[in-house]
This record gives sequence, structure tokens and C-alpha cells, in this order.
Amino acid sequence: MTNNPHISIQHLNVFAGDQRILKDISINIPNKKVISIIGPSGCGKTTLLKCFNRLLDDTPDIKVTGKVLVDGENIYDPKAEVTHIRKKMGLLSQRPYPLPMSIYDNVAYGPRIHGTRKKVDLDKIVETQLKATGLWNEVKDRLNAPATRLSIGQQQRLCLARGLAVEPEIILGDESTSALDPVSTSIIEDLFIKLKEQYTIVLVTHILRQARRVSDYIIFVYMGKIIEFGPTEELLLNPQEELTKEYVKGFIS
Amino acid sequence: MIRRKLEENFFRILMALATILVAGSFFLIVGTIFYKGIPSMSWDMISKVPGGGFYIGKEGGVLNAIIGSLYVAGGATGLGLLISIPVAIYMNMYLGGKNIIANGLRIAFDVLFGIPSIVYGAFGFFIMVYFGIRASLLGGILAVTLLVIPILVRTLDEVIQTVPKELRDASLSLGATRWEMAKVVLRQIRPGIFTAILLSFGRAIGDVASVLFTAGFSDNIPTSLHQPAATLPLAIFFQLGSPVAEVQGRAYASALILTIIVLIITILSSVLSKRLSKNIK
Amino acid sequence: MTITKIKLYNYCNAYNHYNQIMSFRLLKDKAYSKLMLVFTSLSVSIVLFIGIGLYCKSLPVLHKSSWGSLLTSSEWKPLKGLFGFFPFIMGTLWVTAISILIALPLCLLTSFYITEYAPNRIRKILVPFVNLLSGIPPVIFGVWGVLFIIPLIQDHIAPHFVEFSTGYSVLAGGIVLAVMIFPLIVSIVCEVLNTIPGELKDASLALGATKWETIRKVSVRKATPGIVAAVVLAISRAFGETIAVLMVCGNNPVVPHSIFDPGYPLPALIANNYGEMMSIPLYDSALMFAALLLFIIILLFNIISRLILARVERKLAV
Repeated sequence: MTNNPHISIQHLNVFAGDQRILKDISINIPNKKVISIIGPSGCGKTTLLKCFNRLLDDTPDIKVTGKVLVDGENIYDPKAEVTHIRKKMGLLSQRPYPLPMSIYDNVAYGPRIHGTRKKVDLDKIVETQLKATGLWNEVKDRLNAPATRLSIGQQQRLCLARGLAVEPEIILGDESTSALDPVSTSIIEDLFIKLKEQYTIVLVTHILRQARRVSDYIIFVYMGKIIEFGPTEELLLNPQEELTKEYVKGFIS
Repeated sequence: MIRRKLEENFFRILMALATILVAGSFFLIVGTIFYKGIPSMSWDMISKVPGGGFYIGKEGGVLNAIIGSLYVAGGATGLGLLISIPVAIYMNMYLGGKNIIANGLRIAFDVLFGIPSIVYGAFGFFIMVYFGIRASLLGGILAVTLLVIPILVRTLDEVIQTVPKELRDASLSLGATRWEMAKVVLRQIRPGIFTAILLSFGRAIGDVASVLFTAGFSDNIPTSLHQPAATLPLAIFFQLGSPVAEVQGRAYASALILTIIVLIITILSSVLSKRLSKNIK
Repeated sequence: MTITKIKLYNYCNAYNHYNQIMSFRLLKDKAYSKLMLVFTSLSVSIVLFIGIGLYCKSLPVLHKSSWGSLLTSSEWKPLKGLFGFFPFIMGTLWVTAISILIALPLCLLTSFYITEYAPNRIRKILVPFVNLLSGIPPVIFGVWGVLFIIPLIQDHIAPHFVEFSTGYSVLAGGIVLAVMIFPLIVSIVCEVLNTIPGELKDASLALGATKWETIRKVSVRKATPGIVAAVVLAISRAFGETIAVLMVCGNNPVVPHSIFDPGYPLPALIANNYGEMMSIPLYDSALMFAALLLFIIILLFNIISRLILARVERKLAV
């Protein structure tokens, strides 16, 4: 699996003030797989995820050291173009945050920014991505309605479609189903499984069952350190580390 | 890509420039006042009342206006406090703080805050004519009180809201009546009351339009409420209108005095409110 | 009396005493409650009193001419009893419009910079200056206008456009007013921008948008009601500002036709003529009418903007 890493993290440290919240993280993330990051709350898993597309840049008092290579290119290189890096990755946050515009404009937002102007092209992108997220039939008659009128589950799928519209290579999910009802959750989970044919997917989750259902590999993070990394079944059924064992059994939460 | 990057940088620079202009306008104003005011500044300015021929450039100072302004601002703030403390307490303790009536009252006071001082002045003048009061210290204080009530109420209201609900509940659950609880809360927010006083005083001392009709003007320091009183802003305004260069210079010096007073008050209040917010955390 | 009876008697006595104290405390509570209610209703109804008072005082002039003719006539001859407010209304509008045109773009850019770009350290220095600016009294703005803006216009700006200008113009009034409303707009817009969830901005950034694109397409849209409220509030503030404008505006009761023409806003009219108003018939009534006009417009604008702001706040609370 390390032969063809899509994302390669090397000696990554994150400091908040004088506190080190991620400690010497090194890991290779394989191409076109679903990887779950699990761990107790406050262990740094969301911070780790945000390092992938440099969303920590604007957080005051946060310093990042080390390398994150995406397709062999270090994104923390001072010369790296941040918008270009972010375009490669779609982010799905904890709660859906539809942009304050119509359903259509939400999906078209990214492509427009990146230079797609023609109505025909945009129409096609919007339709493709809404179909990919199974939203097309539900919204095709009201594409110009404000996105906030959709249900929470629909909004989350819209946000996914919005992310896919910029043709990313990687999808980052930050507990993306935690605000959703069970039905929407399973729709999103199924989408992840379907999408891994084309994308590398990294999910942060604190639900072990979810990690088991959707992911190929699991990373267990505890107190800002990677404790264990391995294929899902192996890590969950036969953990090598004592801490992982305790977490999987539910002793640490 | 390059175009977007250029656009980003262009607007970033534009924003920085705008910020420099907006924040810098403070320095521009204070700088201008200091630059023009200091040459005409003298000990006489703040220690003497206008002598004979003061308005054609002979000796004297603006002590009458300084004292008058302090009287008006102090009187109005005091009177305003007497009215607004009960109002703020009523809104938060008796009306429960967060319901339609209390929020409606908040909007009403915000609206009152927006009414320009010239309207308060005109209204105050109308009242004075109605009751047969002549332009005097009393009239000025009354008009300015109207002006500062909304400031006092809203500031006190916000301060009271920062008192933890647990404290109020604790006092209530010991069997205190709401009035007794209010006394506890008042003790708690004492620094907040000072902030409110300073804010109100700062606004009151600088306002012209409300005292223009109501306080009158006099070269003497008022010794009773029924005498007309000079105020500093009005003194600046009158002196600036003079064709005599020396009198104009004194206007600048008076402006300098007023600016310094107001700056001290503003800085003091912001230091106080910072300390207050630290206390609450 | 048996011992039990004495005991009982004592108990009753204590109980009565307790009751007396209690009822006295409750009575005190009630009394204060009523008193405060009176204070509260009185101070809120100042709005009403002002409206009614000014209306009553303007009745004489309203009997003589209609609202329509007072508002649209340009004849201002108090001695002949002709009161046309049109030049003053136009003066107010010119000054206000100029001030908003100057202040709004500058303040929006500044607010974006403060909330999105400025490092914490710089923000901590910037915000106090905006506060200090808001504390400066109007008359000081006026003096500054006379000392700085007037010569600037007279010597450096106006010569490029017109043959001659004293500098005392609606432009001068507009600039001074713009600086006066800076703190108001900046503080409200910053507050509104700060309430936009970071995740929403992250969503846009994660799609590869630049910061400026995120501000322009997401933050501005989300903050529009707040920005509108700030502008409406700023307009009403500019409408009512008296002394600073009066000092730099030229005060000529003619409708201005260019930004270098002098103007005569309504508040300046009231302030400038209070001395004579008792000596000419109907003059006082006409000036009270001007105050009433200001009062109504500003009241409406204030109510509108406060309602918008209250709604913005409520939406965020949910």
C-alpha cells in the first residue's frame, strides 16, 4: 500500500501557542481508498484533517511544521499555491454549510471561480454532480430555490456535490454525518463507498461502526499521536497496540 | 490563475489603505487640533473667565465654559442615572430580561439614541417655553439628560446582562425579593456603572445642539441653576466665528481642551470596560 | 395561662412578626416595581412627547401652508411668512449622499480587513482607534473641517473642477460627516461579519476560492442585512448631525447643483436661527416644523435599521 501513496505526511507538527497538538505525524495515505481517522474527542483528528488542505492557515496562533506531499508536491512549500491545493480536495464539514445562494449556484460556485463561464458547461456540471450525489431527482424542478430550504440531509449531499464540482482528487469528511438522521447518514455512507472508485476519501469519525462500514484503512489517533494504522478489519478485530485495544473495546472515549 | 492572484492582492492592498485612512483620520483630527491649538494655549485659558474685550482679542480665558460644561454634563449624567438605573433594573429583573416587552424596550431606547441632539434641543426649548423656564443651567441639564438616558439605559442593560444568571438565581432562591436581588446585582456591576457614567459624560460634554437653545451663554460661572451657563463646545463655536485672529486662536485652544477632556474620558472608559470583562471571565 | 398556651402564643407572635416583615418586604418590592414601571414608561414615551410637542408647535405654520407646499417650495422669506423647505431638504440630501458615498466603500473595506486579514496584534491596535474616533465631539469635527478640509478643497480639489470655491460646500460637509460615521458603520459591519460561521468561509476556501472571492461572494451576501442596517443608521445619523456640518457647509439657502456649491441642511437651519425665531411671527413654528421633519425621518430610519439588526441577531441565536 505504500507503493503508491496519494498523500504522504512527513514529520508533521502542529503548535497552538506553546502547546503541541499534533506530534510528529508521518503516514502514507493510499490512492482511491477510504481511510477513517478515529480517536477520542480532542485528540487532534480534525486538526490533522485540516492540515491536508491548509485550512489552518488563517487560524491565529497556529503553526504547522513538516511536510505534506500530495501527488509528490509539498503543499506547505512557501511557493505552493494554496487555492490550487484546496481545489484538489473537497471538504465535507460536520454540519452542512450551504453558501447563501441558490442550489444551482452552490454547485456552480467552484467551477465559476475556476473559470468555467459558459452556461451549457455549468448546466452539465450541476446535473452530473447532483446526479452523482443522488439529489437530482429531488431538486431538478427548483434549482433556483435557496439552498437553505433543503432538509439537512439534502444540504449535506448538496455540499458534497459542490465539492465534487471542482473535480477534486481527494474528499475530506469531518464527522460529516454527525448532524444527520439515520437515513441521510446511510445515503452519505453509501455515496462514500461508491465514490472511492474515483477519489481518495479521508474521513474523521468517532463512530466505530461507521468506520467499519465504509473504510478500507483506519488510523487511530490519541493525544496528538498516531497510535496505529492498518486495514479496517485487522485494526478493529486484532489491534496491536494496548491503547487501540482499549479504545476499540470502549474503555477510552 | 494569475488574474485571480492579482485581484486578491489588489484588494488586499486596497483594504489595508482604507483601514489606514479610517484609523488614521483619528490622528489627522487630533493632530490638526493639537497643531493649531497649542500655540494659543496658555494658563489663562483654563484659569480665567473672559475679561472685558475678550471677544475682540483682549485677555481672559474660557474657565466659564469649562465649568459650565462640567456642570451640565455632570448634572445631566447624575439625573440620567437616577432615571436609568431603575429602568435598566426593571427591564432585566422585573420583565425577565429576554422577552418581547424587554426587547421592544431595547429597540425603543436604541431608537431614542438615534434621535439627533438638535431635536432634543428643540424639544427641550419647547418644554422650557411651555413652563416659562428661561435659558439656564437647569434647562441645559434637562435637555442633555434626555440625550443621555438612552446611552445610560443601554449600557447598564448590557452590563446587567453580563451578571451570571446563577448569581441572580442564588439570591432569589434564598428568598430575596426582586428588589433585594437588584441591590445585589447593582453591587456586582459597580465598575459597569462607572463605564456608563463616563460614556454619558463624554457624550454630554461634547454636545452642542442640545444646549444651544437651552443653556444660553454667559461670561460668568453660574452660581445657581437658574443662571445661563456657557459650555465649551458652544464657546468654540462662537469664537471660531469671530474675525479676530486671536479669538480664532482661542477657539483652537478651547477645542484642544475639549479634545483632551474627551480623550481622557474615552480612554478611561475603555480601560474600565476591559477590566470589567476580565472580571466576569 | 398554661405553659403550652404561652408557647403557642409566642409562636404566633413570632409568626405574626415574621409575616409583618415579609409583607413589608413584598410591599417594598411592589412599590419599587411600580415606581420603576413609571420611570420606564416615561422615558420610553419621550419619543411620543417629542413627536406630539413638535407637531403642536408646527401647527401654526401648517395651518398657513400645506405639507406639500412646505416641502416643495423654494421660497424662504421668513419676513413675508414664506417658508419653503425644499433647499434645506436638498442640502441635507446632498450632504448625506456624499458622506455615505465616501464612507461606505471605505468602511466596508476596513471592516473586511479588520475581520478577515488583520493579524490579531494589529486588530488589537486598530479597534481602539475606531472607538476613540467615535468619542470625539461633533464640534471638534467641525473645527477640523474648517482647519483641514476647507483649505484642502479650496486650494487643492476645487481648482481642478471649478473656477472658484471658498471651500465651504456640501462636499466639505459630506467629508466631515463621512469621517463622523466611520466608527458607526465599521463597528456594526465588523460585528455582523464576526457572526458569520467560520465553516461557511472554510467551505468556500476549500473549493479553491481566494479570500477576496470568499468575502465578495459569500460574506457580503450573508452580511447584507447587517450592512443595510448599518447604512440606514448612518444615514439617519448624517441627517441629524448639526454643528459639524453647519460649520463647513456654507449655509446658503439655495438648492446645490454641484458638490462645490454651498448647502444649508435642515439641522443647521434650526441651529442658526434660534436667536431670531421668537421675534418673527411663525418663524418659531417653521423651525419646529423643520425639527419635526427631521424627527419623523430619523425615527423611521432608526426603527427600520433596528428591526433589521434585531432580526439578524435573532437568526443567529437560533
